[in-house]
Amino acid sequence: MHMIRRLGIESELPSSTLPAPSNLSRRSFIQGVGGLALGVYFAPTRAATPEDVAIPGHAGGTAPESVLFEPNAFIRIGLDDKVTVIAKHLEMGQGTFTGLATLAADELDADWAQVRVEAAPADVKRYANTLMGIQGTGGSTAMANAHKQMRLAGAAARAMLVAAAATQWKVPAAEIEVESGVVMHKASKRQARFGELAEAAAAQTVPKEPKLKTPDQFTLIGKRQLHRKDSPEKTDGSAMFTQDIKLPEMLVAVVAHPSRFGANLKRVDDTKARAVPGVVDVVTFDGDAHRMGGVAVLSKNTWIAKQGRDALVVEWDESSADHDSSDALIKQYRALAKKPGTVARKDGDAEKALSTAAKTVEAEYVFPYLAHAAMEPLNCIVRLSDDGCEIWNGEQLHTGDQMSVAGLLGIKPEQVTITQLYAGGSFGRRANPHADYVLEAVKIAKAAQAKGHGPVKLVWTREEDTRGGFYRPMFVHRVRAGLDADGKLIAWHHRMVGQSIMKGTPFEQYAVKDGIDSSSVEGASEPYDAPNKTLELHSPESKVPVLWWRSVGHTHTAFATETMIDELAAAAGRDPVAFRLGMLEKHPRHRGVLETVGREAGWSKPLKPTADASRRGRGVAVVESFNSFVAQVVEVTVSPDGVLKVDRVVCAVDCGLAINPDVIRAQMEGGIGFALNAALHSEITLDDGVVQQSNFHNYPMLRINEMPQIAVHIVASGEDPSGVGEPGVPPLAPALANAIFAATGTRISTLPIAKQLQA
Amino acid sequence: MVKLTVNGVEHTFDGDPTMPLLWFLRDEASLTGTKYGCGMSLCGACTVHLDGEPVRSCVTPVSAAAGKAVTTVEGIGADPVGKAVQAAWRARDVVQCGYCQSGQIMSAVSLLKAKPKPSDADIDAAMGGNVCRCATYVRIRAAIHDAADAAPKSIKA
Repeated sequence: MHMIRRLGIESELPSSTLPAPSNLSRRSFIQGVGGLALGVYFAPTRAATPEDVAIPGHAGGTAPESVLFEPNAFIRIGLDDKVTVIAKHLEMGQGTFTGLATLAADELDADWAQVRVEAAPADVKRYANTLMGIQGTGGSTAMANAHKQMRLAGAAARAMLVAAAATQWKVPAAEIEVESGVVMHKASKRQARFGELAEAAAAQTVPKEPKLKTPDQFTLIGKRQLHRKDSPEKTDGSAMFTQDIKLPEMLVAVVAHPSRFGANLKRVDDTKARAVPGVVDVVTFDGDAHRMGGVAVLSKNTWIAKQGRDALVVEWDESSADHDSSDALIKQYRALAKKPGTVARKDGDAEKALSTAAKTVEAEYVFPYLAHAAMEPLNCIVRLSDDGCEIWNGEQLHTGDQMSVAGLLGIKPEQVTITQLYAGGSFGRRANPHADYVLEAVKIAKAAQAKGHGPVKLVWTREEDTRGGFYRPMFVHRVRAGLDADGKLIAWHHRMVGQSIMKGTPFEQYAVKDGIDSSSVEGASEPYDAPNKTLELHSPESKVPVLWWRSVGHTHTAFATETMIDELAAAAGRDPVAFRLGMLEKHPRHRGVLETVGREAGWSKPLKPTADASRRGRGVAVVESFNSFVAQVVEVTVSPDGVLKVDRVVCAVDCGLAINPDVIRAQMEGGIGFALNAALHSEITLDDGVVQQSNFHNYPMLRINEMPQIAVHIVASGEDPSGVGEPGVPPLAPALANAIFAATGTRISTLPIAKQLQA
Repeated sequence: MVKLTVNGVEHTFDGDPTMPLLWFLRDEASLTGTKYGCGMSLCGACTVHLDGEPVRSCVTPVSAAAGKAVTTVEGIGADPVGKAVQAAWRARDVVQCGYCQSGQIMSAVSLLKAKPKPSDADIDAAMGGNVCRCATYVRIRAAIHDAADAAPKSIKA
């Protein structure tokens, strides 16, 4: 149903708004493009049957009804010889489309040039994230959950192509080879391209256990020369983001939200808004505990809608509004950090060990709220009909949003179809268990429909995006640690204060155990060996909505842990790398990246001094997050008047099997820049409940002149692949703070660094 | 009535002449490669060329383009420098999310037309107005140097 309906929509669109062919009827499209699909089903509990073989499909995404109910169809091969890999994960920049395609294409022995990628619809039966149980993209799990699945899909398709050739050529399948999209029988000098065999291959039985390659047989996995599949369309303006879709009769909605969380709409005078030429209508939408209410101005043109929005006179009901201020919250959190919290971990007796330690070090860390600030401000397109609800969106939580929308509208989840588009960044924001902006778009579309209007594209301005909440939570950590007379770590007492992300979401049942939100404490008190460790957590509540933000809890736990370890190394008079290595005997992958980064950065050699009185320093950090291991060495120069320059970052990463080395390097580079942005500049602050930042002038972004040189080293590994979207982020800020200490003797314990060194 | 040329095609617009060029391009002319990022000339995602000069289309009224030639990312490939920049971007796989890259490319083309062999300092100065939240800056810099080496020698400073 999804694909047929979608093709219908595409046929109504102007050809410039979607890359797919748009003027063909479904019949002529199938006849014209033809093509045979290999819909392959791999669940081990189900035997292969003829129904498992999807018949025709094509590169535009349609196929006859018999295919549409096939679970787990990841590959289609057309008569045109195009191999289409269906990506169940969102491409938001992290290279997932390329990674998924690499896995399938390698086992298929396809020519990389014949491979294209298509986003999967929202369908939990076929496209669930096997580590989440729903279809979703997050936690750096795309490669980790899909690598086997995509390889099996490719291997099965290859086996069916080979079986088809063997039948046609009347030769044993074992004598057939496949190379770069060509199926060959060398002895009889026969060969055929995939497209020529697609029809016959579709009639073959899907193998139950297709044989996978051994790593030495890989032709694409681990190869550096593969180009990203999304590069061409992202360099000529043709890539389609939600912001770019225009449906027939569609109106753009620009909204007014309250300036305080928890406020709701009281009344609106829309006279002036309606007087703006081009404004079509004004509708209101309700808020609740997790989502803001407000007013939407509708127009065919985004700017006109915004003019209308700016002309609204809105009165808000602030009886339940938040009036927190950041300064007061920090004071409150600091007070809490002095009181015992819920125990997350207790090994030995840290308090007792601290009382007998030869040396103790204590520090308090403050981390602000952070906005995701993706370049594409939040948006979502909704079209309602008697059949259900169609959504166009860059979805990080595909079937979660599908269920939320179905719940709001009182329809079945399968009546909510989602067309996945590229997301112009997300960093967690488009994966909201509360489905805030998606449900807002649906509410507006429903109100518009009641007034006889067509589909609606909700567009948040940058200001709405910055002030819309769902921030990385503010945290305060208090860490006390002790060394014995030999400089050995004997006590670690770590107390954290910050809002829970998972509480009140469908993930709570898995992620919150005995009052401890695992996403709050992940990485804290790890990985260094110490006989006495205590980890405690306070999770104060607030009306400020919070959410995961690229690398989640590691954004703060890694900073507290890795800067404290650095202080302890200094207290023990030890080299920071050697000190860490001495406590990582049971952690070979930590050691691997730490030793690599030390070697590659020339850690043992002093930094070249500057010609002037500037001070230079080098700092290190090593962090495991999302089952990947990353160590970074940061080199800084601090001028006499305290101007900080980050010169170079050397990074080593162990993410298991390196599927796309260049994508891994890109994610380390980008993760470093993203983390540096936050460490240097980013904070969302509240004053009497009002967010003080609104756009890039007061929520500054890292610019090209601030970007350090970066060298990335991938540590070879035989482990299964793990993620790289997030793990490049956590080590940067602590390594930077440690470098600043090495240069200046100043310990950074409050982020962002901003102008602290110039004080 | 505003008459302007976009990528060699003549357009007329009889709406509000104070409408930013960005929204004319995106919502009226259906040229969606030029992106909205901030609306305040702070991020550069909306960068286009007006008679060859880079402008932030989110703060440039459509009336300012009257009688002028607008070039967007959809049209920049017809220019030899534009083509070289796009090729360099692809060869380096610069893009991640891709949302800012239209603006990055338009600014890079302007830079290379003004300075065919830019230094790193030139790149910092010319590209400082273009934000990339994915922080692809290392590759943007490298791709600009690549394009400078590859671009036709006839382009004058």
